[in-house]
Amino acid sequence: MQKSLHISADDCTGCYQCVLACSDAHGHDFNPVKSVIQVFRFEDEGRDVPYTCTQCDEAWCQKSCPTDAISVDANGAKVVSEALCVGCKVCTIACPFGTINYNADSGKVIKCDLCGGDPACVKACPTSAITFVHSDTAQFNKMRDWAGKTDAGSQQST
Amino acid sequence: MAWTGKILRVDLTAGTCTLEPLNMQWAGDYLGQRGLATKYLMSEIDPKVDPLSPDNKMIMATGPLTGTSASTGGRYSVITKGELTGAIACSNSGGFFGNEMKNAGWDMIIFEGKSDKLVYLLIENDQATLMDAAEYKGASCWDTEEGIKSKHGDQFIRVASIGGAGENGVKYACIINDMDRAAGRSGVGTVMGSKNLKAVAIRGTLGVKVKDREKFAVAVAAGKKVLADNPVTGQGLPTYGTQVLMNVINESGALPTRNHKDIQFEDAHDISGEAMHEPRKSDGKPNLVSNAACFACTIACQRVSTIDRTHYTVKDRPEYHKASGGLEYEAAWSLGAACGVNDLDALTFANFLCNEHGIDPITFGATLAAAMELYEMGVINDETTGGVKLTFGSAEALTTLVEQTCKSEGFGVELGLGSKRLCEKYGKPELSMGVKGQEFPAYDGRGIQGIGLAYATSNRGACHLRGYTIASEILGIPVKTDPLETEGKAGLVKAFQDATAAFDSAGICIFSSFAWTLDDVAPQIDAACEGDWSADRLLELGERIWNMERQFNLQAGFTGADDTLPARLLKDAATTGPAKGKVSGLETMLPEYYELRGWSQDGVPTAETLSRFGL
Repeated sequence: MQKSLHISADDCTGCYQCVLACSDAHGHDFNPVKSVIQVFRFEDEGRDVPYTCTQCDEAWCQKSCPTDAISVDANGAKVVSEALCVGCKVCTIACPFGTINYNADSGKVIKCDLCGGDPACVKACPTSAITFVHSDTAQFNKMRDWAGKTDAGSQQST
Repeated sequence: MAWTGKILRVDLTAGTCTLEPLNMQWAGDYLGQRGLATKYLMSEIDPKVDPLSPDNKMIMATGPLTGTSASTGGRYSVITKGELTGAIACSNSGGFFGNEMKNAGWDMIIFEGKSDKLVYLLIENDQATLMDAAEYKGASCWDTEEGIKSKHGDQFIRVASIGGAGENGVKYACIINDMDRAAGRSGVGTVMGSKNLKAVAIRGTLGVKVKDREKFAVAVAAGKKVLADNPVTGQGLPTYGTQVLMNVINESGALPTRNHKDIQFEDAHDISGEAMHEPRKSDGKPNLVSNAACFACTIACQRVSTIDRTHYTVKDRPEYHKASGGLEYEAAWSLGAACGVNDLDALTFANFLCNEHGIDPITFGATLAAAMELYEMGVINDETTGGVKLTFGSAEALTTLVEQTCKSEGFGVELGLGSKRLCEKYGKPELSMGVKGQEFPAYDGRGIQGIGLAYATSNRGACHLRGYTIASEILGIPVKTDPLETEGKAGLVKAFQDATAAFDSAGICIFSSFAWTLDDVAPQIDAACEGDWSADRLLELGERIWNMERQFNLQAGFTGADDTLPARLLKDAATTGPAKGKVSGLETMLPEYYELRGWSQDGVPTAETLSRFGL
C-alpha cells in the first residue's frame, strides 16, 4: 500500500528536529536551508506549521521538467535524478506549493523523496506531528474524531 | 567538527571585521560558549575595567552542540563584564539565533571598542559588515528585528538586538533574539548599548558538521528518549512551562513575596501555570495559546500567550492583541508575587513590554518590589514617583512603571538603576534583595537552604541558573534532599555548579539537566567533537570554569565578604509555611563550601587548586 506523510500542525512545537534530520539524511550536515521539509512559525498566532511536498499524482514538477529528470519511485515519491537534472529551475516555478527548490551547492533541484520509504523527519519528530500513514486512510483519524462527537449527547443520556 | 574553528573579531572603534582561528587547545580545556568565551575575555580584558568603557569586550558564543540535532542544541551566550554587577556576566539564550550564527560558520563573535555611531552587524556566512543603524535609534527589539528583516527582504535572517532601554543605559537591559528569547541578566544589553551596537543580524547556510554522523545519531536519539521519558522534561515543562513551579514553590514556603517580607503568596494560584490554562471570562479562551520550542529542543517549554482584549492594559492598544512570549516562572514571580500583584493579564502585558524593549523582568520586578517597600515606608512618596501609588498589589503601578522603565521616562528612570543602586540612593541598602548587585530569582533562601548558598556564591550575582539545587531540594532530581536542612548542601551546591558550567559550555539548555546527567551529554559531545569526551572530563572542565570565573571576580575587586545574603534572609525568620521560624543557615554552609572548593577561609582559591586546573 502507498504511504504518505501526514502533518498535524496542531502538534508541532517548531523544534526543527524534522528539518535537521532531513538535512542530515540527505548528506547536507545539519543545515536547515538544505532541508526539503521546512517549519514556519507564525509568531502572532502562536502556531508552527511543517510543510513539504505532498507527492502530487499529476505532479507539476514532473510534467514541466524538460529533461525528464523527475520520476516516480516504488513508494510513489517523485524523485529527482541528479544525473538528468540540469538545474534549469522550471519545476520550481511550476510547483504551486514551493516545495521543490534549487540547491546552489549542487546545481540541482531538491525535493522530498520520502527517504526511500522510511522518512527521517517522521522518526525525528518528538510529538508525532509528522507521521507516515497509508495514503488511502490518511484522514481516517480525523474522521474518527468527528465521528466521536456525533450524537454524543444522546449516547450519554441513555 | 562541531566547532567551526572560526572567530569573528569586530573592532567597533576601527569599524573592522576580521577572521581568527579558534584556539583549539582552549576548546579542549573550556569546551565552548560560557567556558571558552570567559577564557577569551579573561585573557583580553582587565577585570577591573569599567563595564561601559570601550575597553570592556562582549562575546557572543555558541557551543559545539549548537546547531546540531542534539536536543536543545540551539543555545548561545553573551559573555562580558556585567554592568548591573561588575562581575563576570554570562547570559544564555535560546530561540534560533545561536544556530544561525553557527550555520554562518562562527563559534564566537568578539566585540571590542566602541562605534562612533549606532551600527548593526550584518553577517551572511563569511561576509560580515557593520551597517548604519540610525534608522533604528530608540526602536524596540521587535521593531528592530522586523525592520532589519524587511530592509534586507529576508524573513529568515535571525536578529539579536537591544531596545531603547539598552541604548539609554538601563542597568539590566537584555539582548533579545527571535522576538522573545533573551540573554537576560546582569545588564549584557547595557554593555552592548555602550558600544553603540544596536543589533546583530545573521543568515547562515553553511551547515554544521559532526565528527561521526552515525554515532552522533545514536547518542542524540538516546538523549531525546531520556528527555521524553522524564516526567519533568516529558510532561511538566511542555504542559505548564517553568510555571509548573508556582504552586509547588508556594506550598514549599519559598515563594518570595512583597520584596521577601513574606515567603508565601496568598494569590499564587492566580498567576500560576495552571491559571494560564483556565478559560477567562471575556472570551472563554485561556491565557496560554500554545507551547513552543527553541531550535532543536524536544522539551518545548516556551509559553505563547495572549492578553485578554478587554483588559485595561490593551483595550485601546490592538498592537498587543497578538500572541507573544508568555510568562515563564521567574517573570510571573518577579512581576507578580514579588510585588504582590495577582492580575495575570497585567503580568502578561508587563512581560510583553520587557521582551519588546529588552529589559530583564527579574531585576525589574524585584526593583519595583523594593521601591514599593520604600513607598510604603514613606521613604519615597507621590512626588518621587510622579504620582504613581506604589503600593504592594497594585497592577496599575506595575504596568505604568514597566512602560516608564522600558522608555526611560518618569520614575522609570530611577527603577532602571536596579534595586541596589535605587535602595542605596534612598539610604536603605538593606532593602535590595540580591547578591553582588543582582536581584534574587524566585526562590527564598530561608525556605530552600541550598539555593541560598548557591545565590551567595554564584559568580554572576544572585542566580538560580548557576546551581539549581531546587532540582534536588524540591523535585528530587537526582535525589531528594530536605530543603530546610543545611547539612550536605555545600557539596550539593558545588556539584550543581560544576555540572552546570559544563552544560552551559556545550551549546545545550540547562533545562535538559532535569533529565540528563553529564553521562547523557558526554556521548553526544564525544560523537560530535574531536578528542575523547567523558563525563569525568566534562565535570573537571566545569570545575575549572567555576574557578576561572571566581578568579575574574576576585581580580575585579570582589572578596569573600561579597558571598553573603541580605540581612532579611539571615536575621528575619520566615513567618509562615514549612520554613516558619527559619533563617538562612549560610554561615554554617559557606565555610564548608570554601573547603570543598579548595579555597581559603576568605574564599580565595589556593595555589594548589589553581594549579590543579591549570589556571
